[in-house]
Amino acid sequence: MNVIVRLPSQLRSLVGGAGEVPVEAATVRDAINAVDAAYPGIAFRVLDDRGALRRFVNVFVADEDVRFLNGLDTVLESGQTVSLVPAVAGG
Amino acid sequence: MDVVDSSNLQRQILHNLDRVGMRKVDSARLTLEAMNPDLKVLTYDTRLGADNILDIIDGYDVIVDGTDNFPTRYLVNDAALLKNIPVVHGSIFRFEGQITVFNPYVGPCYRCMIPEPPPAELAPSCAEAGVLGVLPGIVGSIQAIETIKLILELGDPLVGRLLTYDALDQSFRTFKVRRDPTCPACGEDAPPIVIAEYDDLCMPHPVGV
Ligand SMILES: [Zn+2]
Repeated sequence: MNVIVRLPSQLRSLVGGAGEVPVEAATVRDAINAVDAAYPGIAFRVLDDRGALRRFVNVFVADEDVRFLNGLDTVLESGQTVSLVPAVAGG
Repeated sequence: MDVVDSSNLQRQILHNLDRVGMRKVDSARLTLEAMNPDLKVLTYDTRLGADNILDIIDGYDVIVDGTDNFPTRYLVNDAALLKNIPVVHGSIFRFEGQITVFNPYVGPCYRCMIPEPPPAELAPSCAEAGVLGVLPGIVGSIQAIETIKLILELGDPLVGRLLTYDALDQSFRTFKVRRDPTCPACGEDAPPIVIAEYDDLCMPHPVGV
């Protein structure tokens, strides 16, 4: 599936400044790995050393939190957007 | 405690150059009372902590959270749950902002949305990363709208929705945030909430109050 991965500003330096990266992916995990294959370092910021989603990063497919879908195994449809939204605490 | 510094002025619009060195709570009160003398402004010139938060928030209808670190945000969350007070949450980082409303036991809480804070190496502070000066004004204005809506019971507050603002591509997005039935603070089997200082991991309900 052709999908878009949206990155927060704190991760954009890893992809040369782009806010969106188009990838070919069947699941959310595939999509993260596909971005990481092109721009190494993204997966480390989103996944822990066991490959699970870091608990301060929310990942949404369209506007749904993947924790309440099928997690990283959530299946993607063509044209969907996967948004990586890490917690921020500045005020 | 905190005093006005000239480096604050590009984003903290209640202060000005003449007030550098003045306590921030006094400067803020002067500005607000100059706009509207009917306001009753109560100030607390102290660091919000486990020892004082329940007393400070007692009796208020809404909490507006513009704090600047994870431990304080978890502290505010747990105290607000205990006192059943909604929290209008706003947080910023560099060029982006996040706004939502935590309505205790009705919608998700902060721990439902962010079960654990990032480790220090993955979460540079604002002092390191900086914040675009106009960003707090945008996020703060949206928090003000949500606060007025809660007080007046107007419209559809951001309960269960996370509004994100991206200044670089000038876009707003809304994502669904759900109440987590296993949340350690507001979940079905959550133990009673204990208000205590949190370490950098902000782990829920530490022992030894
Ligand atoms: Zn919760």
